[in-house]
Amino acid sequence: MISLSILQTMLKNKGIAFKLVLFFTLSSVCIFTLIFGYNYYVSRRAIEKGIGENSQNLILASKNKIEAVLAAAQKIPENISYFLENSSYNEKEIYRLLYTVVEKNPEIYGAAIAFEPHVFKKDADFFAPYFFKENGAINFKHLDKAYNYFLSDWYQIPKELQLPEWTEPYFGEGGNILMCSYGVPFYKKTGDKRQLAGVIVIDISIESLRSIVSSIKILKTGYGFLISKNGTYITHPMKEIIMNETIFSIAEARKKKSLREIGRSMIKGESSLTPFMVDSILTGKKCWMTYVPIISNGWSLAILFPQDELMEDIARLNRMVIFLGITGILLLAIAVVYIARSITKPLRAMAQATQGIGAGNLDIDLPAVTSGDEVGKLTEAFGYMKASLKAYIEQLTEATALKERMESELKVAHDIQMSILPKMFPAFPDRTEFDIYAIIKPAKEVGGDFYDFFQIDHEHLCFVIADVSGKGIPASLFMAVTKTLIKAKAAVGLTPDRIITRVNEELCVGNDANMFVTIFCAILDVRTGEVEYTNGGHNPPLVIRKSGEVSVLKSTGGIVVGVIDDARYTADILTLEPGDSIYLYTDGVNEAMNENGELFSDKRLEQDIIKLKEKSIKEIIDGIMGEIEIFVQGTPQSDDITMMVIQYRGNTKEG
Amino acid sequence: MYISTMAKKIFLCCLLSCTLLLFCVSDKVHGQENLKRASFIPHWSPQAQFAGYFVAFEKGFYKKHGIALNIQQGGPHRPSLDLLEKQAADFAIAWLSTAIQRRSQGLSLVNVGQIIQRSALILIAKKSRGIYKPEDINGRKVGLWRADFQLQPVAFLKKYNLKVTVVPQSYSVNLFLRDGVDVASAMWYNEYHTILNAGLNPDELTTFFFYEHELNFPEDGVYTLESTLKRDPELVRAFVNASIEGWLYAFKHPDEALDIVLKYMSKANIPVNRVHQKWMLERMKDIVLPEDGKSPPIGMLTESDFIRVCKVLEENGIITGKMPVFDDFFVNFTDHAKK
Repeated sequence: MISLSILQTMLKNKGIAFKLVLFFTLSSVCIFTLIFGYNYYVSRRAIEKGIGENSQNLILASKNKIEAVLAAAQKIPENISYFLENSSYNEKEIYRLLYTVVEKNPEIYGAAIAFEPHVFKKDADFFAPYFFKENGAINFKHLDKAYNYFLSDWYQIPKELQLPEWTEPYFGEGGNILMCSYGVPFYKKTGDKRQLAGVIVIDISIESLRSIVSSIKILKTGYGFLISKNGTYITHPMKEIIMNETIFSIAEARKKKSLREIGRSMIKGESSLTPFMVDSILTGKKCWMTYVPIISNGWSLAILFPQDELMEDIARLNRMVIFLGITGILLLAIAVVYIARSITKPLRAMAQATQGIGAGNLDIDLPAVTSGDEVGKLTEAFGYMKASLKAYIEQLTEATALKERMESELKVAHDIQMSILPKMFPAFPDRTEFDIYAIIKPAKEVGGDFYDFFQIDHEHLCFVIADVSGKGIPASLFMAVTKTLIKAKAAVGLTPDRIITRVNEELCVGNDANMFVTIFCAILDVRTGEVEYTNGGHNPPLVIRKSGEVSVLKSTGGIVVGVIDDARYTADILTLEPGDSIYLYTDGVNEAMNENGELFSDKRLEQDIIKLKEKSIKEIIDGIMGEIEIFVQGTPQSDDITMMVIQYRGNTKEG
Repeated sequence: MYISTMAKKIFLCCLLSCTLLLFCVSDKVHGQENLKRASFIPHWSPQAQFAGYFVAFEKGFYKKHGIALNIQQGGPHRPSLDLLEKQAADFAIAWLSTAIQRRSQGLSLVNVGQIIQRSALILIAKKSRGIYKPEDINGRKVGLWRADFQLQPVAFLKKYNLKVTVVPQSYSVNLFLRDGVDVASAMWYNEYHTILNAGLNPDELTTFFFYEHELNFPEDGVYTLESTLKRDPELVRAFVNASIEGWLYAFKHPDEALDIVLKYMSKANIPVNRVHQKWMLERMKDIVLPEDGKSPPIGMLTESDFIRVCKVLEENGIITGKMPVFDDFFVNFTDHAKK
């Protein structure tokens, strides 16, 4: 799991080409390994089956040849024994018989008939005529007391076992010829008793048998070997162990228990025609071994097939297949790299181009479309996208420039507009009868609020607050017109209802845009504290009495100004006592909105005014402004906020 | 071409001969000055049974003790005590039983060092033939060697009151391997191993060691004639102690000892089988220096062993005349015995 996640992490940042090569190479290696393994397994099985059959054929053929030689040799003394047991004979006949046997049978080196004491010659302990080949001639001697054949294996073993028996191989007296003797006991019948008369023996050279086995040559180092009944090596490629070592002494010397067990099985006359694996004592290499007994004399024949040599062809084939496989996989990897490159190269170029585009360079060249495949289509689409983007951005740039110009012009208009409002406070420092304070906090967009105040004459102060519908330049212009009209009408001494009526009439003329304005217009008589006022659809101001009472100023019932040309406006009178104030505002105050869409509300405004009633007029306005800011909590201001407070102090000169 | 090659060869031969002659002469002069000449005959062909003597010779122990030794080649046709009697050898190896017989027959030999303390002669049988204990041998065919080799088996058979068919046994074990006899004689250090190396496993064999049946006969000992002893007792002492030194060295350095033994065997044209000689050397250690805490040290002959052998010899009618006296028969020359 961990390694998998590591692999995933490793692969994550690698390119497509790397992933493709990795994937294809790995899967090819897997497939190739599977095919190779199967092929190796099957061909190995086939070869092993072949070894089984071949070794069986070879070992049985060799065994049969050996058995044939031995069987032929065995016949001769067996026939003699039959002759001696079933006919009468004299000494001369015995000599002739033995001579003939030696003379006529090239494989026979010597032959003797050895009698038990006093059997053939009453007075002789030893009687054993022996003909033998020496230097190409046939010689004769009596085996006598000096030789004492009674103690020889060839005599004693057949005698004691009462069975014909081959001796262990031995080197012939003359030299290096390896010989074997075959002793056959024969009997004499005296009455019912069957008594041993002696042993007939022939000596044969086993060189021909050895050459049968020595000629077994399998591949380079495979060989056959023959061991006697005692386990003594009769033939073996290692000449020095022949007749000197038994399979058991080799096992002891080399500390190989398994070899001893094999040897024991072999000398017991068991066979193993199914090849099994052993280490060759000749080369130390792994070999397949089979063995069969030589029935006639209890020897055992074995052959060894060197495994690596048997597997040499398949090993060579395997090397070739592996070479081809690796070459193929490499070529495949190169091909994959090539294909992956052809895909990723335009992609990489595109990635670079996109980065350029991202950085704002829309004139960058996209890679040329050379193919109709997915990559080609992607390139085309990118080209289209780039063109569209360029056009759009050009358009956007143009529009932005236009907007910026307009905005700057608006800004100028706004500044002009603001500059026409009286902003110097205290506005009338020489008048003690009243005080006035106003503030306008314009919204971002140019709005249509305004306030105004001016002295009509020494006794009369006119003050106005208005809110033009809509925003922007039209509202701004409409406001300028309205302000000018009001000031013009007030200057000629009209009462507020007359002023609004006239202004309404004039504004209605050519008001195609259906703009309107709410106006509160009032004139204070500074001598009496009487305020004559008219409300054209504006938020009713709040009256703050010196006593602390706060009330909404009674409306005069006029509708918004500039819509209906024959609308009538009436005036009302409010009398202010010294210390009373009037708080005027536009809907930017009570409709100030926080981010949840809640309004500041008339109620909250009234409560705040009550809280602030003891304060100076400036403090009242700043306090309300502060409350609004707390309420909106940074929500962008959507409408102008305008407030004005007039406080009447009374005629101090007269008082 | 031919002539020149021949000439060269002749010249080389002459040169070689002269050098050799010179070398021989100088060696002779050297030898005559410092070393006593002596001759030694083992009682069989070279094999690890005599490793101690070969090793002592090769390692220069005899020279060190002042002897220029000539080791003669023994074998079945060269009975060692005969050569001693003929004074063809100054020292001979022989079995204790053989030596006592010869002494009683008048040969004035003296045991001057008993090397093998424990008899290696055994009777051996196959368990597959139903022989596990002495009683199982009753009624069987038993292969016996001749002469001295029969003494212990016969005493053994008598001891357990066993009636058997005795089959004369040759020096091959094939009769036993082919089941021609049920029980065979064997030397533990020799035939026993041959039988193992003919494929029989130790657990398939029953062995009767005579020393386990109160019939221990110490075997190989060093013998010399009384006359030699009288003439030069120091020579005898030197020979015995050099030989013992050789044995102890051989047991301590078995691989080196084996190399030496194999060299002597090859020189005598005897087929060489290293594992067999290794076995023999290891067994020699077992019987020369038995680790039973009771056996006498190498070189010593105890009177009890001597008397036991004499008794068996007498009982079997081998000795009819006068019994040798122990103190005349054995003279202790070992250095460690002196201490």
